[in-house]
Amino acid sequence: MIPALAADGLLAAGILALALGCVATRRAFASAALFIAYGLLLALAWARLDAPDVALTEASIGAGLSGVLLLGGVRRLEGLAEPSPDAETGPLLTILIGIGCAALTVAIGAAVLLLPDPTPSLAPQVAANLATTDLGNPVTAVLMSFRALDTLLESAVVLLAVVCVWALTPEGGWGGVAGLRQPVVRDGPLALLARVLPPLGIVIAIHILWVGADAPGGKFQAAAVLAAMWLMPWMAGLAPAPRIDARWLRLVLAAGPALFILIGLGGALAEGAFLAYPPGWAKPLILAIEIVLTASIAVALALLVMGPPEPPR
Amino acid sequence: MAWDMLPMLAVMLPVLAMVAAVPLGARGAERLTLAYAPVGLALAIGIMLVVQLGGVPIRQELGHWAPPLGIAFRADGLAAAMLLTAALIIGAIAIFARADFGTAAGAAERRQAFAFWPLLLGLWAAINLAVVANDLFTLYVALELLTFAAMPLVCLDGSRATLQAALRYLMFALLGSVLYLLGVALIYGSAGTLDIVLLAQRVRGDIPVMIAIAVMTAGLLAKTALLPLHLWLPPAHAGAPAAASAVLSALVVKGSFVLVLRLWFGVMARVPMPDAAQILAGLGAAAILLGSVAALGQARLKLLVAYSTVAQIGYLFLMFPLLAASAGEVAAKAWTGGVVQAVSHAFAKAAMFLAAGIMAARFGHDRIADLSGAGRAMPVTLLTFALAGLSLMGVPPSGGFAAKWLLLSAAIGAGQWWWALVILGGGLLTGGYVYRVLAMGLRAGDPAPEPAPVAWQRDGIALALALVSVVLGFLPLAAFGLVQIGRLDVSP
Repeated sequence: MIPALAADGLLAAGILALALGCVATRRAFASAALFIAYGLLLALAWARLDAPDVALTEASIGAGLSGVLLLGGVRRLEGLAEPSPDAETGPLLTILIGIGCAALTVAIGAAVLLLPDPTPSLAPQVAANLATTDLGNPVTAVLMSFRALDTLLESAVVLLAVVCVWALTPEGGWGGVAGLRQPVVRDGPLALLARVLPPLGIVIAIHILWVGADAPGGKFQAAAVLAAMWLMPWMAGLAPAPRIDARWLRLVLAAGPALFILIGLGGALAEGAFLAYPPGWAKPLILAIEIVLTASIAVALALLVMGPPEPPR
Repeated sequence: MAWDMLPMLAVMLPVLAMVAAVPLGARGAERLTLAYAPVGLALAIGIMLVVQLGGVPIRQELGHWAPPLGIAFRADGLAAAMLLTAALIIGAIAIFARADFGTAAGAAERRQAFAFWPLLLGLWAAINLAVVANDLFTLYVALELLTFAAMPLVCLDGSRATLQAALRYLMFALLGSVLYLLGVALIYGSAGTLDIVLLAQRVRGDIPVMIAIAVMTAGLLAKTALLPLHLWLPPAHAGAPAAASAVLSALVVKGSFVLVLRLWFGVMARVPMPDAAQILAGLGAAAILLGSVAALGQARLKLLVAYSTVAQIGYLFLMFPLLAASAGEVAAKAWTGGVVQAVSHAFAKAAMFLAAGIMAARFGHDRIADLSGAGRAMPVTLLTFALAGLSLMGVPPSGGFAAKWLLLSAAIGAGQWWWALVILGGGLLTGGYVYRVLAMGLRAGDPAPEPAPVAWQRDGIALALALVSVVLGFLPLAAFGLVQIGRLDVSP
């Protein structure tokens, strides 16, 4: 009991310290690195709270992919001039923002402490209806059955995010290869890991996807791992980035959300409600959606990290 | 025929079209959008008829899972009115935008053309979702879709100034999303459901729920650009291409506004908050007066129109204290007045931005001081601007008049005469800035350059939108009964 409490206290203090450091540091690179560490500790905290699905997602997307995105952003900023001093926030605004954040923290803290005890929860209802979904993992049942609409729409948001990034392509870059050109890395840890990790990582991603139906895991986490297995050889200059007007690329991007919607509409036709799976068909249909969606999300996440194409120099 | 499918189709078909637009490429996406527009309009008309004739909202439980476990769509009168507004405006914008974002057969794909069509479709889906979703988290997803579809539209031309405006918009919008999401978590922790109809029955004024509502409202105000959280709007809406400005000002800010209504008069249907509502309307009044004064002082036409949006958003928030402090007919008037303001402003502002865009394209600039001769060179465009302006002012007969008259009489009926003064003062100021543009346009001046060949079609679309905002004022009051259907703060 006491050691566990001490460990949790240490974890909480570490999360706070890293968050503070992330905001306070003046250098963009240090801030991004601290953000990744912060995300990893947060994932540990979720694991301590018995939420392994959230922990996996936080580690892979929150810390991993967001971290890589931030580091990529830092790299793109390096070549640019320093922002002009008048773009900095003045002391008055800084104080106001500080007061606002403090007030929000106090309000949220008070609200959390005042929540009814025990907190009302839908978990018993989820457990009671789990058998009818053909799934063993209650989190997957929520994501793919009870609240499948939200998952479907979020997958469309990921696609929209790719359109957003591509919309920022500089003049003359349209139709080119995604992202900055990566010089070939001949030695060092990246060159080695980029060769060794992908086969292993792909197997792990498939495992995470497959067990997702009955155990912690699922498509978003698997897609994040798959995207990383593409990004590493890309960063090492070993794997080329695709052209953004490649037909196969755009088809893969759209396939997951499109299949999800079509199966949903099929449910409307066959069962009288959008996203209703016919009896006995729930598991195979969900599996089909998850597999295709994993491919779409993995490609989308990788393209988000690669960024818009650059005009040829 | 299963009528309960209609709201779902109105949301999912544009999402599907947006997804398909990416592999289809710019030209295919353009044709798909133009082909889908009449379908979307038919769906919206169908929903309106079913709600109006049935007198009850259309409901569908997705996957047959009933809330609180599952998610339901619920199209009430407010949703039906907004769906129809969105369908008409987006359809018009799609035709208008062909000249800017069209791709000729065999021509290479351009960046702006590739991005515009899926963004427009995504925006349509997001608006429709925001008005028919009945679950607070699904509404969060709607906000995300809305933000990510709207933000790139701001900086489609790729210039430094518009990129800055888009980034500032993104910062405000993300702050709004985070605050909203925090509130969603608190409400779930407090009430054990996110379904608005269930929440309306369950929620009492517990402190965690009140904090959640306050935080969520603040976030939504940042997205709706209510003063003092409006700073992002003028550069963003004025810098975007005309077709994009029109949807941004007409529809995007209304999406988050509908969410505020859902919180205050859905989730909190049993908990009136008259004092907080006075603050909200006070901000609205400040927006009306300061926004209009700022519009009066603008040198550039598109910025003037954008500040006019800041002011007109203020009117939307006058309904809150009137609804919180009254019941029966007065509350009904306030509700209808607010919704009609949202709808008529949508049409008027879309028309106004398109007219401003046509003028800017013709003159090569949008400096108001140098627009003399516009009336002779482009009378239809100036007429469009004038008609839209009349509706914004609240001159009868127009949709704007109906809205402002309803709000005015509700304010008197509720004994809150001070809002009536704000409405009248705002109308005068609006008249001032509209007159400034018209007076300059009617002055004799150098002939403007020759119009582009598609000009008549674009003028026609802008004029049609302005006419709709005027014709709304001719509707018999009974037609507005539609927006009363399914109000959660009056049903037992």
